[in-house]
This record gives sequence, C-alpha cells and structure tokens, in this order.
Amino acid sequence: MAAEGIPAGRRRRFWRRLAGHRLATGAGWLLAALVLAGLFGPPLGRAFGLDSEAVNLFGRLAPASLEHPLGTDELGRDLLLRLLEGGRISLAVGVAGALLTALIGTAIGLAAGYAGGRVDAALMRLTDGIIALPLLPLLIVLAAVDLTRLGLPATLVEGGLASVWRIVLLVALFGWTTVARLVRASVLSQKERDYVRAARALGAGPWRIAVRHVLPNVASPIIVATTLSIGNIMLTESVLSFLGLGIQPPLPSWGNMLTNAQELIWQAPHLAVWPGALIFLAVIAFNLLGDGLQDALDPRGDAGF
Amino acid sequence: MAGYLVRRLVETLLLLLVMSFLIYGLIGLMPGDPIDLMVSADPNLTAADAQRLKALQGLDVPLPQRYWRWLMATLSGDLGYSRLYARPVLEVLGPRLLNTLLLMGTSLVLALAIAVPAGILAALDPRGPVDNTINLLAFAGFSMPSFWLGLLLIILFSVQLGWLPAGGSASIGESGLLDRLRYLILPVLTLTLLTAGTFIRFVRAAMLEALREDFIRTARVKGLSTTSVVIRHALPHTALALITITALHVGSLFSGALVVETIFAYLGMGKLIYDAVIGNDYNLALVALLLATLVTLLANLLADLAYGWLDPRIDYGG
Repeated sequence: MAAEGIPAGRRRRFWRRLAGHRLATGAGWLLAALVLAGLFGPPLGRAFGLDSEAVNLFGRLAPASLEHPLGTDELGRDLLLRLLEGGRISLAVGVAGALLTALIGTAIGLAAGYAGGRVDAALMRLTDGIIALPLLPLLIVLAAVDLTRLGLPATLVEGGLASVWRIVLLVALFGWTTVARLVRASVLSQKERDYVRAARALGAGPWRIAVRHVLPNVASPIIVATTLSIGNIMLTESVLSFLGLGIQPPLPSWGNMLTNAQELIWQAPHLAVWPGALIFLAVIAFNLLGDGLQDALDPRGDAGF
Repeated sequence: MAGYLVRRLVETLLLLLVMSFLIYGLIGLMPGDPIDLMVSADPNLTAADAQRLKALQGLDVPLPQRYWRWLMATLSGDLGYSRLYARPVLEVLGPRLLNTLLLMGTSLVLALAIAVPAGILAALDPRGPVDNTINLLAFAGFSMPSFWLGLLLIILFSVQLGWLPAGGSASIGESGLLDRLRYLILPVLTLTLLTAGTFIRFVRAAMLEALREDFIRTARVKGLSTTSVVIRHALPHTALALITITALHVGSLFSGALVVETIFAYLGMGKLIYDAVIGNDYNLALVALLLATLVTLLANLLADLAYGWLDPRIDYGG
C-alpha cells in the first residue's frame, strides 16, 4: 500500500492511526479470516473427502448436527461447505469488480483531466448521467440479455464461470464514476503546478506526469474508494444472484444460496440466515476498513485520535 | 436562472432519449423474442411462417429503423400492449407507479425522521460513545443486503410471531384501509432501515460542518442553549445538503424498492420491471424502465433547482 517514495515516518503514522481505529482493525482481521477460509476451506474439505456438491435427497433440510455443523440445504448438500465455496466466489467478485472499477475510473479520470474542453465536459456529463440512473432495474435487464444474440459463442457466455465474469464487467460498467471524479480533480489541481510545468518543460510526457505526479497525489482517496466499493459490489452481486440473474447455480455464491431460501422459510429458516449473515459481515467489514483507511490516510493531522 | 432551467431540461431529455435507445436495443437482446415464443408454442408454425410474422410485426428491419418507429408511436401516445397482462401498458403501469411512490415516499419520510435526530445526536458528540453507537448502526444499515433484511423480518414477524403477513398487497375479500396497512408495514420497515443508515451519515457530516461555522460559534458565545443553536441555526444550514442528498438518492431508493417489492410480492413498479424482464414482456419492460429513469432524472433536476432557489449565493450565469 505504502509506495516506495513515502517516507517511513508517514508510513508509521498510517499504521499507528489504523491500529488506533479499533473497528477497522477488527474488520481487517475478520476479512482476513473470511478470505483464508474461502481460499483454504474448500481444498481442505476435498482433501478430507468432503464434497460440497454431494446431493443427499434423504437428508434434505437437516438441522445442525455433528456431521453437518450448519445443517443441509434443499438438496441435502452440506451448508457449511457450500458457504465456504460460495464465499470464495462472492469475495472474488467483490475484489475483482472493485479493481476493474478503479482501473476504468483512473483511465477516464486521466483522459477527462488531460483532454479538458469538450472531451472533459462530455465525460463529466456521462458521469452525472450514470450516477442519476436507477441502477438495479438496468442491471437486471443487462444481466438478462442473451449475449449469443450478439454473435458471441455460447461456450463463452454461458455457464457458471462466465456468469462470474459477466457480473464483474457489469458492476464495473456503472461503478467507475467515483474514482473518475477523484482522478480528474487531481489532474486539474496538479497540472498547472509549477513543478509539473517544470517537468513538462524538461520534456516529461503526459504519461510520465500522470504516473509520477498526479496518481501518487490521488492514491489515498482511490484506495479508500476502492475498499468501499468492494462492499457495494458484493451487495449488488448478491442481489442479482438472489434474483437468479447473477452467479448461476450449481456454482454457489452467498447471494444465490438465498434464492430458494424464501420459499423454504417456514420449513428451514436457517437456510435464510447464514448466507445473508456472511454477506452482511463481509460488507460491513469492508466499509469499516474503508472508513478506517480514510481516517488513517487523511493528511489533515491526528484529530480525534 | 431561466436559461439554466432550459439547459438542464434539454440535458435531461437528451439523456432520456439516449437511455431509451440503449434500453430498446437491450430489450431486443433478451432471450426469446415474441416470435420465438409463438413458434415454440405452436408446432405447426414453419420457419417461413415465422419470417412472415416477423415482417408483419415489423421485426425484420434494422434496429435504428425499428427504434424510430417505436419512438414515433410512443410520442404519439401509443405505448403498446403488455404481453403478460394482456392490457395496454399504461393501464398496467399507472396503479403500480402509485404503489411504488407510496412505498418510497413513506420510507423516505420515516428514514429522514430517524436520520435527522440520530445524525444531530451523533454530531453533538463526535467520536464519543453516542456517536460511535449511532455510527455503527448506520454502517449496519447500509451494509445490509436488502433482501436478507426482508427475509429476517419475515422470519421474525411472520414465521415466529405470526403478527404480519409475509407478502402480498391485501387479504382476499378485504378492502379496508387497515388491512392494506398491515401489508405495507414490513416492506416500508425494510426500505426505511436500509435508507436510514446512509442518511444518518449525511446528516452527521452536514451537521458537523455547520457546527464549525463562525455564526454558530457566535450564537454559542451569545449564550444560546445547544438545543436552540442546533434547531434554530445549524439545522436550516444543513437543509440544502439534505435536499440534495434526498433527491440524488431517489435512484438507489428505486433499486431498494425493486428488491423489497419482489420479496414481499408488493405490486409496485420494481416487481413489475422484474416480472416483465423475466417474463419477456418487451413493451412493458421498456416503458417501465424508461418511466423509472424519468422519475429519477426529474428528482435530480428538482434537486438542482431547489438548490439554486434556496441558496441565493449560487449564480448559474444563465
């Protein structure tokens, strides 16, 4: 996180401030635990001969037991194994979506800031327009579109893994506006500074100026915005998957594990509780971590600690 | 001001036009178009029949031409028929839009009724125990998956306690207001809790900023009580920010309403859009989506205008 150019004192202050933010620290540990569980849980389970997709129609909707610590779902699959497997997907979508969002946002922000004039105006109107749209209804249509009608091969656009990529692309398509605004503002405030003019006079191209002067200045807000967007993206993914338009079964995600839970809510309320609780915990953890980072990276002194 | 109004109106209309083209194109890409559905429903239809039907419905011309034809028909007031409901689109949409506005409006008012006092209390005790508690609750509010909150409330109030219906709009054979209200409680509660968290954060931030202003310090030095400083001086100062945030929030409120309506089988626009998209009701999905977009864009426009009207310092320069 701390770039090489940042003096050790500032880096130490960052860690001290972040550690002083108890909620953010707790959130960080919780996320580390969730990520580790998602990374190592499923392979470990397989090594012990446990199969998250093993169907047992005689053991449907079983309550918690020694064999199934959290019970089983409507097909008799072990809920805990499915949660670990699903967490992998949900967290991966959140992180990948946020990174892609930051990348697109940075590119558009740089373009708008440098080009100025009409290009800038057009890009900013586009940003305003996207922010004003009712997101979920549009995402539902976009998620429902049959891409084979555009001539894309079915092998590329259908199936579980394709649905993961599709969600990542969809959320990035609408999510880039925050980062774009941050980067554009930074370009505008830096590009007329004397040292940047000097760098330009010495022959530095726009690319070098962007990488050496503009981006380091806006790195902190980008990091904060990206952390916060992971939570939002996970929420969007879970809603779309819940509605049957996101991650496609049999691939589990915390969202699509809740799809059938509503019909079964009278018989097996526990099915509705666990996946949602994990989404909630992961999202609130990312939001608290983002909040903590914001305070720790804030250049305006140590106020409040 | 008038020049600004005209410019913003033109911009809004342009954006709506662009969106209508995009949505029109997207809807055409949904799986199973009307002709496909007819073909799969009737084994006697041949490929040649399907082609003839396409020509009859004007589906064999390129997208821009089809869009133009649709646009002209729409502008002349012909919005087409809904396939799912077998009625004119407008007739289906009207009551649904009212239901959604009722749900969104009630939730919005309640969310503000929670957020304004909570945000003020938090701002009066920055980083103290009150602030920390309210802050954590606010974070919980906007980190909550909307559908999960709905499911939890169903588990608590319908499954465990049996107090409230788990979904629907009214009991069979009942038409009283009290009965309808019982069906409104859980959807409204869900949407309110989801919205309040974000608003609390905004009220708190706006209040903190207001409390730092010089005129507030002057009022305090004058010896006014905290209550009267907050209510008489600081709160009006935050009104602008609140109005803007509320209006900018209409889009996400709509997204929230869609989920809540789907979970509670509440007959509003959100559920209508979802059902229309899932059920291949092209006309209905198209018009409903555009209506949702229009409502959101108008809310944004109103926020801009209210801002200019309330804050005389802002000069739009024609």
